[in-house]
This record gives sequence, C-alpha cells and structure tokens, in this order.
Amino acid sequence: MGTKVRKTHLTKGKITLLCMTIPSVLFILVFSYFPISGWIYSFFDYRIGYKLSKCEFVGLDNFIYAFGDPYIITVILNTLIISILGLLGLPLAGMIAILLSEVRGKKFKKTVQTAITIPNFISWIIIYSIMFSLFSNDGLLTTLIRGLSGNRDSTVTLLTNPGTAKLFMVLTNIWKTVGYNSIIFFAAVTGIDSQLYDAAAVDGAGRWQKILHITIPGILPTFITLLIISVGAILNNGFEQYYVFVNPMIQKNIEVLDYYVYRIGMLNNDIPASTAVSMVKTFISVILVFSVNKLSKKTLGQSIL
Amino acid sequence: MDERGVLMNKKKLPGKEVVFQAAMILLFTLMLISCIYPFYYIFIASISSPEAVKRSMITWYPLEPTLANYVQVFKLNGIMNAFLVSIARTFVGTAVTLFFTSILAYTLTKSELPCRKLFYSIAIISMYINAGLIPWYLTMRTIGLKDSFLVYILPTAVSAYSMILIKTYMESITAGIEESAMIDGAGYFTIYWKIVMPICKPVLAAIIVFTAVGQWNSWTDNLLLVNNMNLKTLQMTLLEYLNQATNVANMARTGGASAVSGAAISPFTLRMTITMVVTVPILIVYPFMQKYFINGIMIGAVKG
Repeated sequence: MGTKVRKTHLTKGKITLLCMTIPSVLFILVFSYFPISGWIYSFFDYRIGYKLSKCEFVGLDNFIYAFGDPYIITVILNTLIISILGLLGLPLAGMIAILLSEVRGKKFKKTVQTAITIPNFISWIIIYSIMFSLFSNDGLLTTLIRGLSGNRDSTVTLLTNPGTAKLFMVLTNIWKTVGYNSIIFFAAVTGIDSQLYDAAAVDGAGRWQKILHITIPGILPTFITLLIISVGAILNNGFEQYYVFVNPMIQKNIEVLDYYVYRIGMLNNDIPASTAVSMVKTFISVILVFSVNKLSKKTLGQSIL
Repeated sequence: MDERGVLMNKKKLPGKEVVFQAAMILLFTLMLISCIYPFYYIFIASISSPEAVKRSMITWYPLEPTLANYVQVFKLNGIMNAFLVSIARTFVGTAVTLFFTSILAYTLTKSELPCRKLFYSIAIISMYINAGLIPWYLTMRTIGLKDSFLVYILPTAVSAYSMILIKTYMESITAGIEESAMIDGAGYFTIYWKIVMPICKPVLAAIIVFTAVGQWNSWTDNLLLVNNMNLKTLQMTLLEYLNQATNVANMARTGGASAVSGAAISPFTLRMTITMVVTVPILIVYPFMQKYFINGIMIGAVKG
C-alpha cells in the first residue's frame, strides 16, 4: 500500500524538488561560475569603454607583460612571506587552547573565550581605526612613550615603518584570528576521551606529560586540517586588510597579490593584466589545494576534500 | 577536563598547582585585556569631551563624560542613512541567504532529486574556484547590479560552506520524522518548511549569526560597485571619514552641528565616535550570540 502512495507522489515530488533546487543552483552558477567568462579579457588588448569584439586578440601577451614586470616579484615575495609567517598563528592557537583547558574556573574560561574571539567578528575597517588610534604617529602609544621618556619628539611609526610593516600585518592578523582558531582547537581538546587522562594519572603522569602524550596527539588532526587549508590559501592574504592599511610609505613592503590585482585593475584600469594575474593565481591555488590534500592523504592518511 | 582536576586534588591544591593556575590566570588576563582594551579605549574616547582630550590623554577612564559627540555624529550628512542601509542589508541579506542555502541543503539530502550529484558538485567546486576581483566586477556590472541594493544581497544568496553544515545536520537528524510526514501526504516544500527547518534551529541559528555579522561587516561590494550616496553602507562611511577625518571635523564645526553646546568635535573624537557607532551593534549582540558563534565554530570544526 505504502509503495503505491509513493509512486504517484514521486513524479510530482521530483518536479517539486527540482523547482526548490534550481533557483539556488542558478545563484551559484551566476555568481561563482559566470564570472569565469571574464577570463577572456586576459587574451585581448581590452580597454575600458570599448567592445570586446572590437579589441585585438593578443594571445598570451598580457600574461607575458604582467609577469614580466619585475615589481610582481616583490608582490609575490610579500605574499609568500606574510602567509608563511602567518602560519605561526596556528600552533599559537593550539597552545592557547591547551593551556586554557588546564585552567580551573569555568566562568573565567568562558570569559576568556568570549573576549579573544571578538576581534574575529570585527571588520578590517574598525580594526584599522583601532590600530590607528593606538599606533599612529600621535596615537596612544606615542603619547605614552613621550610621557614616560620625557622626550617630546619620540614617535612610534608602526603604520608607516617599512622595516616592521610585514610583521605588523602578520601580528594584526594573528590578533584578529587566533582566538577564533583556538576555539576550534578547544573543541578538539574537549573531544579527547577523558579515560586516557585518568589512565595516565594512575600511571603517575604529570600535567606536561599528559599534554605531550595525550592532548597534543589528540589535536594533531585538527592542526593538520587547518594547516592544509592555510597552505592551499597561501596566495590569498585577503584584500580588505591591505586596502585599509596600505600607504605610500609601506606599499612596497606589504603589497600582496590580492591588493595588486585590485590596484592594477581598478586604479590603473589595466583589466587584461589584472585578469591574467587572477587567473594564474586561481590555477596555482587549485593545484596547491589538491596536491597538499593528496600529500596529506598519502603520508598521514588524512584528507579534507 | 574539570572532573580530572577534581579527581587529582580533593581539597587543597598542591603548591605547584597554585603557581601554575596563578600563572595561567595572569597570562589569560593579559590576553583578555589585549582583546578588550582597544574597544574600551575607543568607547571612553567617544564619550570624552574633545576639549578635555586635547589637554590630557585618555587611558583608563573617560574625561568629562558627554554624549554630545554622538549627537554630533548622527547629525553628520549621510550617517543616519548609512546606518539604515547597513541594517537593511543585514536583515534582508541574512533572510535571503538562509532561505536559498537551507533549501538547497534540504533537497540535496533527497536521493529522489534528479541530477543530485551534479548539483552537489556544482556547489562544492564553487568553493575552490575564484574568478578574481576584476572578472567578478565586470560580471556584476554586466548583469546590472552596479549601483543596486541587490549587489549586497544576491551574490551571497547561497553559501556552499553553510550549505554543507546545514546538510550534515539535516542528515544526522531528520530521516524518520520525514517518512511519516510524507505518508501523511505532505509535499517536499511543506516538509522542508514546517518540519525540517524547525528541527534544524541550532545549526540555523549559527548560520544566521555568521551571515548577519558578515553582512554588517561587508564593504568591498560597496567600494567596488556602489557609488550611489543613498546606498552607502555604514562601514564605507566610516572608512571615508577615517581617511578625511580632519575635513569632516571642520564641516561639523561650521555646519548645523554647532548647536550642540558649542563644543567643536575634533578629528580624533569624531573618528572614535563613528568607530563606536559601527562597532556597538556587534558588541551588544555578541555576548548573547556567543553561544551560537561557538556552536557554529564547533560544527564547522567537526565537519572540517
């Protein structure tokens, strides 16, 4: 009896299901896939205001031009250095999670968790405003140092100092994200079987031994997953942080691909070159994600895809 | 973990433990301060009288507290409008994303859906491909979203990542209940809307919070595609004021704002006050929503 009811329901049901699915799939197609058609601009000598059909097909000239510019080496190096230094945020988040889980006092733990995740939910514009008020030439830090040293001319120039610019970008980003990442590790620590700790305690293991032999191995899979994701995203530093923090004094030191693509495309109107760089960047990112995933599958038996 | 602690030491803590706990409390208090103090600093700066700030510096408490700065900021051209635009995009954008993302998650759990594998792959692969800023910009212009409120809403209508979280949750929970509803003759949409959605509240709450915060914080779409003053978001307005705080302070001094106790607002105070206006909604909502934030992170972590 039940089968009969379902059979008549199915054909109508299938149509209902399709009608429910297609609008959402269309959104994905239009907003994630259709923009790929824009890659065609990288093969033409395209200028704003002209029709693409009126522009000359130039093959790979735009790629040769974009990657022949020596400045792009600086940009790529900035991108890699900042990304690799940023990886330090992961073990730091793991350490915070481990130590926090050793703290007694549930209320205190909760308060710390709440507080350290806040920066992750604040926009880069607000973070810039905060950093500006604290670290600019007449910010709080400068005022404090002047007050303490008695020297009215001493200034702290973190926002415009080329020597420390990269590090400042890395640390700001870690400040923003480390609390959020530590919650992910905290979830992993909570998931460890407490019997393991009891057994270790019976064997006379101390705190540090337990951390070393139980907690760290317990959160290693989480660490590796986050590491794979970060390595796959090594060319993506994000656009917003660099847009708000960039200024002529430090541009050479912190210009990363995500900002470079914006600058040559939107500010210099060089649409073909910007598209060419984006295209290569996407290809490398996809290859990176898949190869890192494969490597991890082979060596650690763990994959994310 | 707490049970472990209790088991180990019944009544008084051994000296080593006391030292360790004290060290940890010190460490985490410092970390807590590094995350809270910047916001506190902006808050006290925004309620200090600009005159007093000029004379001495603010560190721990406001100087001559006043709300005049806020009155002046809301009198500035465009702030009120930008505030409304940001609120509108947050509410509409979150509702749209929630609907189109959850309905896709639901139908993808149904084996009866034709081409299910194809639709699923389309969604998953979209997370890894990125056409790039300029191709994206040109596409948005081509399909007529330049200078349109819809550019804040439609591009994020479906989030593949959220879809996976919702789908995982649905799969773990709903199977049996749906069967019985189906025999009762309810259609797929009714089941999705009336039965599945209410059950999925925990994961949906997390998605709502993440989406809403994302919408409130979003500004790249505004920067690239919207020049219309009436559609400017609060974030973008703050950025512009940050970049030209001096000019604005002058405007405020000469403009209609002078009615307020004659106190001129300084560039510094202006910056701090606008920053506070943009931050406060999140800071207010945050403690209540924190449960869902953490839920969401955990769901994501388990999935990851």
